Amino acid sequence: MEGDIVQMGAYIGAGLACTGMGGAAVGVGHVVGNFIAGALRNPSAAAGQTATMFIGIAFAEALGIFSFLVALLLMFAV
Amino acid sequence: MASSADAKNEGLVFHPMDQFIVEPLFGAGPVHWYTVTNVTLWMALSVVALILIMVVGTSKRALVPSRAQSIGELAYGFVHKMVEDVAGKDAVPYFPYIMTLFMFIVLSNFLGLLPMSFTTTSHIAVTAVMAMVVFFSVTIIGFAKNGVGFLSLFWISSAPLALRPALALIEIISYFVRPVSHSIRLAGNMMAGHAVIKVFAAFAGVALISPLSVVAITAMYALEVLVSFIQAYVFAILTCVYLKDALHPHH
Repeated sequence: MEGDIVQMGAYIGAGLACTGMGGAAVGVGHVVGNFIAGALRNPSAAAGQTATMFIGIAFAEALGIFSFLVALLLMFAV
Repeated sequence: MASSADAKNEGLVFHPMDQFIVEPLFGAGPVHWYTVTNVTLWMALSVVALILIMVVGTSKRALVPSRAQSIGELAYGFVHKMVEDVAGKDAVPYFPYIMTLFMFIVLSNFLGLLPMSFTTTSHIAVTAVMAMVVFFSVTIIGFAKNGVGFLSLFWISSAPLALRPALALIEIISYFVRPVSHSIRLAGNMMAGHAVIKVFAAFAGVALISPLSVVAITAMYALEVLVSFIQAYVFAILTCVYLKDALHPHH
């Protein structure tokens, strides 16, 4: 009986951890949205900054990946 | 085929994570480090594809390139420009390594999109090895090129003196977390995309929503083709960023 409650807690925690991925989605959307807003103002400078945009996306995404990792650990490792 | 009522009781017809099971290629039994598995097969196939494009395809060195040669030239020019732009001119000696990483990841991702295939990059064991090799080689290059000066990466001289110890702690943590995020980004993206496709594929067994799920599979597949390329690009570009930090640690 006790083990069941622990597993239930782990599954609820995994679901809660996945809400962190929503934060990463907001961050990535913010980065790309601002990139497009800037690119439409100065299209000639946009091509050179695509790599910077992807680096920004990668860093914003990393924190969502950590919450995904926590969810995976709760599902399969705990 | 189970009826929709049965499917509701038993859950999905097959589990969406079944596609990631590592199993021996010949016979059954426990998987040892030397066992030839489906991971071995699909990794070997992506290496073969890499050799076909980059070595066999460009071997003629025609002035008017064939299709394989122009793909090889495009990929070479793309990665070379990325290394030069992001990591700087003095990172060009390390270009072959980044080129190999990029081509291997992009071909593994694309081969994993074939039906009934196995996505090697969806396993953290595979991507973690690549990320750890990048982490250790970048750290060694940093200390070899700058000596103790490499530690100034963590000591931000432009910040106020009182803030620097706290910033140094944050910088050190973020430095050691790099291989974790580097590997899980690739594995997580590939695994999640393929699992979503399989979830929609399981819904196709229910007659009422099967047209919707086929449309959804098509849309997800198109997104996965894009994600496969972008994740390989992001892996390579982050390697360039880490390399730039190692070559020029001063902020």
